[in-house]
Amino acid sequence: MSYSITEPSSRQKTLAAFLVITYAVITLVPLLWVFMTGFKTPPDSISYPPKIFSEPSLEGYVNLFTTRTRVTPERLAELPPPANFAEEIVRDRNMVIAGKSKYGERFLNSVIIGFGSTFLSIFLGTLAAYAFSRFNIPLKDDLLFFILSTRMMPPIAVAIPIFLMYRKLGLSDTHLGMILLYTAVNISLAVWLLKGFIDEIPKEYEEAALIDGYTRFQAFYKVVLPQAATGIASTAIFCLIFAWNEYAFAVLLTSGTAQTAPPFIPTIIGVGGLDWPAMAAGATLFLLPVLIFTVMLRKHLLRGITFGAVRK
Amino acid sequence: MADVVLSGVSKSFGSGKAQIDALKDINLEIPDGSFVVLLGPTGAGKTTTLRLIAGLDKADSGDISIGGQSVIETTPAQRNVAMVFQQYSLYPHLSVRDNLAFPLKSPILRTSKSEITERVTQVAEVLQISEKLDNKATELSGGEMQRVSIGRALVRSPSIFLMDEPLSSLDAKLRSELRLQLKRLQADLGATFLYVTHDQIEAMTMATHVGVLDEGKLVQFGTPREIYENPNSVYVASRLGLPRINTVPANLVNTAPDNAATIGLRPEHILVNPTSDASRMEARVNRIESLGDQTRLHLTVADQTVVTLIDPHTGLNKGDAVNISLRDPLFFDNHGARIR
Repeated sequence: MSYSITEPSSRQKTLAAFLVITYAVITLVPLLWVFMTGFKTPPDSISYPPKIFSEPSLEGYVNLFTTRTRVTPERLAELPPPANFAEEIVRDRNMVIAGKSKYGERFLNSVIIGFGSTFLSIFLGTLAAYAFSRFNIPLKDDLLFFILSTRMMPPIAVAIPIFLMYRKLGLSDTHLGMILLYTAVNISLAVWLLKGFIDEIPKEYEEAALIDGYTRFQAFYKVVLPQAATGIASTAIFCLIFAWNEYAFAVLLTSGTAQTAPPFIPTIIGVGGLDWPAMAAGATLFLLPVLIFTVMLRKHLLRGITFGAVRK
Repeated sequence: MADVVLSGVSKSFGSGKAQIDALKDINLEIPDGSFVVLLGPTGAGKTTTLRLIAGLDKADSGDISIGGQSVIETTPAQRNVAMVFQQYSLYPHLSVRDNLAFPLKSPILRTSKSEITERVTQVAEVLQISEKLDNKATELSGGEMQRVSIGRALVRSPSIFLMDEPLSSLDAKLRSELRLQLKRLQADLGATFLYVTHDQIEAMTMATHVGVLDEGKLVQFGTPREIYENPNSVYVASRLGLPRINTVPANLVNTAPDNAATIGLRPEHILVNPTSDASRMEARVNRIESLGDQTRLHLTVADQTVVTLIDPHTGLNKGDAVNISLRDPLFFDNHGARIR
C-alpha cells in the first residue's frame, strides 16, 4: 500500500502545536496544582485570594504519614527538644506526633491489588487469547462476544449484587476479593487486546518450534511470548491504570484491611478541618507507581498503540 | 535416517460445501537416503503432504510410518523430522546463532554446549553465513534468512528433511549454488529428503525420485528420467521439460493409434529438415527466440504452433519453409492418458 503524504504547511504546524499545547495545559494544570498544594502549609492552601506560590513546606507530607494530638503550650514546653524535622513542624502547630497514619498500609494495599489483578488479568488473558487465536474452539465467536459483552455496561451497575455476593462469600474487604473483581473487569479488555496481538504473530513460528523438538506449551513460552511482549506490556498498563484508579468499588467493598488508597485519600482529615496539603501529598505519591510503570514500558506502549495499524 | 511410507492417506479441509479434499488416498514410499521431489501446481497437495508427515496436520484416514513405526499418533517433536518453510521461518527475537541452535537445545535433543557450538559453526560455514551469526534474525536479507532456515534443519540429523520450496525466494545465482550444496549434503549425509518445488531444474537435478501430484492425487512416481521420458498422462508430461511439451491434435499424423486424441511433442521428438525421408510435414518458421542457453524455434504446422529447440547458429529466418518429421512422439487419449 502506498500513501501520498504532503508536508503540512507552517500554518498548519503552528495550529497543531497550539492545540496540543492548549490540551496539555488544560490536563496538566490540575496535576500541577495538586503537586504544588502538597508543598503548602494548610493556611496557605486555603487562603483567599489563592496563593499560587508560597514558602514550600513539608507539613502536608508529615501530616500524610502521621496522626497528631493537640497539647497545651505548657505541656509542649516541658517536652525534650524535637528529635527530627517532622516533630519540629508538628510542634509549631502546638501538636505532637501520636503515631503512624494508615496511608502506608492503604498504599501497599493498592500495590498488592493493582499489580496482583494486573498480573492475573495478563496471565489468564494471554492464555485465553492464545487459545482463541490458534485453536478451533466450538462457539468461538459467541464466547468472544460474551467476553466482550461483560464490558458493555458500566461495572458499577452490578455493584449491589456484587456487594451482597461478596458479603456472603466473605470476600468483602479482602485483597483476594478486590483482585478477583478487578481481574473480572479487566479480563475482557486483556483477552481482546492480546488476541489482536497474537493473531499478528504468524503461526509458522510455533510450527517451526514444534518441529524443532518443542511441545506446544514450550513453543508458546519460547516463541510466542517473546514476540507478544509488546502487546502484553501495553495491555498490562491499561489493566494497571484501571485497577489503580478504581474508586467506586473500592469505596463500596473495602473499609479496613483491604482498603486501597483512592477511597482513603479524601478521608484524610486534619485536626480542625480538611487537610488539603496532606491529601494533595497523598495524591501526588499515588501517581508515582503508575508513572514509573508506564515510563518503564513506554517503548512498548508506543509500539503497542500503533501495532496492527501498519501492514507489511 | 529412515524410510517414510504413506499408505492410503487422505486429508480434507473445511466441511459441507466448502470442503476441499487436499489429499485423496495417497500411497507414497520414500526410500531411506532418497531425494524425493514433489511436483504439481498450487493446490495439488504438496505442502499438505509435508505437513502431514511433519505432524502439523492430522490425516483424516490412512497411515504414515517413519522407519517402520506408525507415527500417526505422535507429536511433531517425537517424529524427529526437520522442515524448512517457504516463509516466516526464523524466530525474529533470536540471533542467527540462537536460531541455528534452537533445535539442538530442545528438550528432546539436549545437545551439549560444545557440540552446539561445533554444529552451528559448521553449518554456518557450509551456508556462508558465518559472519552473520551474531546478527538478529530480522537484520538479514531474504536470501540469508532462507539460508539460516535451511541451516536450522541441517544442524540436526532428523529421520527426514521436509523442504517446502526452500529456494524459491532466492536469486538465480544463490539458488543454483544452494541446489548443488543441498544435493551434495544429501549425498554426503545419506539423508532422506522430501522436497516440494515448482522449479523443474531443481526437480531434474536433485531428485532421485519425482512424485507428481494432481488435485490431491499422486498420479505418477518414478525417477526424473522416467517421468520425463515416460509420462503416463499429458498432465505429467507437461510438468517437466523446457520448452513445455507441445500438444497437437492426433489427426496431424496418420501414424497415430485409433484412440489417440492428442500428440505430445518434445523438442527431441521433432526433427527439423531431416536427412532421412520419413513421413515429412511442411512447416513455416514463425519466430526464432534466443534465450542464451537455448534457441527456440516456433513453427506453424497445419495451423498448429509448435515450439522446439534448434542449433543457435541456425541459418533459418522468420518465414522460411522447413520440413519436419516426428520421431517416437507420445500419444494420449481423450482423457489425457498415455497410449503405449
